[in-house]
Amino acid sequence: MVKVTYRQPDGSEQTLEGKPGDSVMQLAIGAGVPGIVAECGGSMACATCHVYVDDAWTGKTDTRSESEEDMLDCAMAEMKDSSRLSCQLRLTEALDGLVVHIPEEQF
Amino acid sequence: MTGKETTMTLIEGHAPLTPDASIPVLDVDPYDETVLADPFSWYAALREAGPVAFIPRYNVLAVGRYEETRQTFSDHENFVSSRGIGFNDFKLEKPWRPPSIILEADPPDHTKTRRVMSKALSPKVVRTLMDDFRAAAEEVVDALLERSEVEGVVEIAEAFPTRVFPRAVGMRDVNPRHLVDYGAIVFNAVGPDNALRRAAMARAPEVAAWINAACARDRLTDDGLGALVYGAADEGEITPDEAAMLVRSFLSAGVDTTVTGIGNALWCFSQNPDQWEALKADPSLARPAFEEVLRITSPVHTFLRTANLDTEIAGHPVPESAKVLCVLGAANMDPEKWGDPEAFRIDRRPVGHMAFGAGIHGCVGQNIARGELEALLSVMAEKVDRIEPAGPARWRPNNAIRALDRLPLKLIPN
Repeated sequence: MVKVTYRQPDGSEQTLEGKPGDSVMQLAIGAGVPGIVAECGGSMACATCHVYVDDAWTGKTDTRSESEEDMLDCAMAEMKDSSRLSCQLRLTEALDGLVVHIPEEQF
Repeated sequence: MTGKETTMTLIEGHAPLTPDASIPVLDVDPYDETVLADPFSWYAALREAGPVAFIPRYNVLAVGRYEETRQTFSDHENFVSSRGIGFNDFKLEKPWRPPSIILEADPPDHTKTRRVMSKALSPKVVRTLMDDFRAAAEEVVDALLERSEVEGVVEIAEAFPTRVFPRAVGMRDVNPRHLVDYGAIVFNAVGPDNALRRAAMARAPEVAAWINAACARDRLTDDGLGALVYGAADEGEITPDEAAMLVRSFLSAGVDTTVTGIGNALWCFSQNPDQWEALKADPSLARPAFEEVLRITSPVHTFLRTANLDTEIAGHPVPESAKVLCVLGAANMDPEKWGDPEAFRIDRRPVGHMAFGAGIHGCVGQNIARGELEALLSVMAEKVDRIEPAGPARWRPNNAIRALDRLPLKLIPN
């Protein structure tokens, strides 16, 4: 199992365990994590599952595709180097302990 | 094109298919008008038949279980859109209009046009439209609250999008009837060569000519969504002709769909007063409520894909050029996925429903549709105490979209 911590803008956090292959979005939706809206269900069409990957994990996740970057550029909260669409971020054993920050707004 | 293909006798505009013997045969007519009006037993029969079935009447395969529908619909490499998302195979037969360069296109062409449309319809852009959506929703609703009875389709479902959407696009020419009907024509054209499609084709020349003229750059303001698309042409991302085609896509996909979504939402609430109470108690449920409306009513019920090479569905062989009906409405009612699909629960949060499709062809306008519905439903939740049927609702048969024709309602103000 892979642990992921979701940190809210107010500092509160929730740690969940998922299996490799699941997306960071799916894991959050299953547990009702506030702020991961994911209205399009993972089609890169809504940009409402935007997260910032914690600095400690920089370089450890896979890289963003061009279409993911295009969509992040459309998101409500500012796109940063650490921005990901959590529907595109897949859990692997190497990501055990991942921390992601949820932005202030998604739509 | 080879000599063999040019002499081939087509069935419903596509190559004849001999299905693999392992694929169950389902002898139904999904396009019978009584089935289009009440499709739920057909949806169940399709899911029951197997992960994929063969429909002899139209010589096509069909998927309706959630997993296979999602998988097939979003597998743009094996199941392409460029050969048409209806029965006609554009490789073998000329389409009725120049194909959409986003809906009926594959990567890499699709990638380019999709990017332009994603930006024009992004959450950031939709945010700038929300004040206008809310103001228009108040105007539409206030005007109806003094009346004892309203016709929900014309007076709300059509009235609201035809007021806000042309303004959002920046159209100088507005003909609400043509705007609504163009969508219905495009959706009927997706179906087989039946009475609905023939009636649509008879009206198409007049309506399409008006639509095409209205998409020209000089017929648009310089501050709307249309201008954003033409701006992409100025930047060299697309050609000016492509910009006009993408503005046309706004009009084919952005009006009748939203009209249908609103009508279906009002119908759901008129049938489920406890859910209206729940929305009034927590208006922040307006967005998730719309998702549930979409799941349970599936405005776009069916689109097709074409196998572009020999492939498979759930282990069953599927030959190149096979047309596959992807029955989104059936997937959205699959008990394996949803547990209690027949219950309309606005707090369900049905992430992953298929009403906007999935994958690279997932509806690019879904953010603006959500914005429109959020505005209208939250204004109504503030002002309307009860939504009651004032007579029988009637569905309007269409080959790809399940919309209401009539919805008599009583709106009881707060």
